[in-house]
Amino acid sequence: MEGVIALYIVMLAAFTGYEVIARVPVILHTPLMSGSNFVHGIVLVGAMVALGRADTLLEQVIGFVGVVLGAGNAVGGYVVTERMLEMFKASGRKKKESA
Amino acid sequence: MPGLLPENVATLAIDFSYLLVAFLFIMGLKAMSSPVTARRGIVVAGIGMLIGTLMSFLYPGMGNFALMLAAIAIGGGLAWWSGRIVAMTDMPQMIALYNGMGGGAAAAIAAVELLRMTSVPADGAVHHGPVVTALAAAGAFIGVVSFSGSLIAFGKLQGLIKRSFRFAGQQAANLLIAAATLALGGWIVVSGHPTLEMVIGFFGLALLLGVTMTLPIGGADMPVVISLYNAFTGLAVAFEGFVLENAAMIIAGIVVGSAGTLLTQLMAKAMNRSLGNVLFSGFGEGPAAEASGVTGALKPIEPSDAGVMMAFAQKVLVVPGYGMAVAQAQHKVWELCQLLIDKGVMVRFAIHPVAGRMPGHMNVLLAEAGVPYDLISDLDEINAEFETADVALVIGANDVVNPVARTDKSSPIYGMPILNADKSRNVLVIKRGQGAGFSGIENHLFYLDNTRMVYGDAQKVAAELIHAVKAAG
Repeated sequence: MEGVIALYIVMLAAFTGYEVIARVPVILHTPLMSGSNFVHGIVLVGAMVALGRADTLLEQVIGFVGVVLGAGNAVGGYVVTERMLEMFKASGRKKKESA
Repeated sequence: MPGLLPENVATLAIDFSYLLVAFLFIMGLKAMSSPVTARRGIVVAGIGMLIGTLMSFLYPGMGNFALMLAAIAIGGGLAWWSGRIVAMTDMPQMIALYNGMGGGAAAAIAAVELLRMTSVPADGAVHHGPVVTALAAAGAFIGVVSFSGSLIAFGKLQGLIKRSFRFAGQQAANLLIAAATLALGGWIVVSGHPTLEMVIGFFGLALLLGVTMTLPIGGADMPVVISLYNAFTGLAVAFEGFVLENAAMIIAGIVVGSAGTLLTQLMAKAMNRSLGNVLFSGFGEGPAAEASGVTGALKPIEPSDAGVMMAFAQKVLVVPGYGMAVAQAQHKVWELCQLLIDKGVMVRFAIHPVAGRMPGHMNVLLAEAGVPYDLISDLDEINAEFETADVALVIGANDVVNPVARTDKSSPIYGMPILNADKSRNVLVIKRGQGAGFSGIENHLFYLDNTRMVYGDAQKVAAELIHAVKAAG
């Protein structure tokens, strides 16, 4: 990948991350931290490539550990985030007395 | 090795799928920042992850598919199982654990790349240029620190590590380890042909650094640290994304890195702590504050009388703390509140940013009990309402309602925003015993004229209050 293009991607992604989170209410801090924790579980994809291209036994072992850890990050992050967010429900009453 | 598809077709398909993955991740995170759409958000991001993972099997030149599937089954299976059974109160340490795994995975990718460089003959072509090597090493450094640091954070919150290890010159020692790690990393990059010993030493030192950095940090500050390591892992993933030329990893990693950094700052701010303060000094390192100028006495009240008081109130504000969650009282408390609401009492939950073990944790615990989120207000929204409240019901909360934070400059919690429970007409405090709170600071709220103490286990007291409210007709 062209170095400069990559830097563009980095800059835009950094702004995106900042803007997406900027106005998050405190009540969602924990689920959101968990959710962003899930998103970097995409590292699984890289670990798969590392294992897929491993030739020596040592590379295979490290790659295997990498995929185990990456899959744990992705799946675990998803399960706990979903469990937390599943519970957020509105009362269904009209919010007539909103502060 | 041939891939599953012709090389150019596979590459194109993967590139486009990663574009979709990045889009779904960003949309998912965006949705997750509002309680109304949050649930949809994680599902959207999950679909992105699934697409990315499936498409990655198509990479040209890959083998070891059996190993790969086995590894996914093991890692994913264990994580699925542990994520399903973990109690909501233990959520912070599970997030730390999964985050550490991500850091470890990023480090593993770097390890494979760096090890491959050791096997290149000295006169052969360099496997990676210095820039890519530096990125791989930087990702390894951050990833490994996040890995071992997160595991220590997990151990501390889980109660496996009880002590905070502090000694004189600790920061100097940490600095020394960090400098040595970076120097070794620099050597690997400059040499272009690292030896196996160099790589092992580099990873070993980084592992050690994560441990020694995290051990002295107290449990109360741990959420901020976990959030910081979360951002670290994001960066490590992005760096390894550069090495593998994987756009999905770069975008997702950087987005998490920047969002995580902001989230860390928000959390630190909510806890009235600066990030530097969290990382480089333990909580309450100075001598414990004396209980200065406590006047009045603790005035107990029977649950039956307390129940009547609430049954005839117009407005009740509930201030839950971690003590309520420990006693598993949130279901009973919500039952009590529903009774009051049916009687026409206006009930709100007032949540301090640090109620629970990390910002937002208490909201999750209340949501688990079925409390709708529109009855839950945070500090800024609700604080003015205490003045018009008939009863402030404080359950297992302590420091977050201590008026000392407003008045006593010598107190360690001075300046921390608190819930103004003391301003309401009556204050009911449900508390297990007469001891001081988490920080060991005497709570002046408990001694006020309008405060009554209800002693007992929060769950049992809540049951008795329900009984009393029902009896009040």
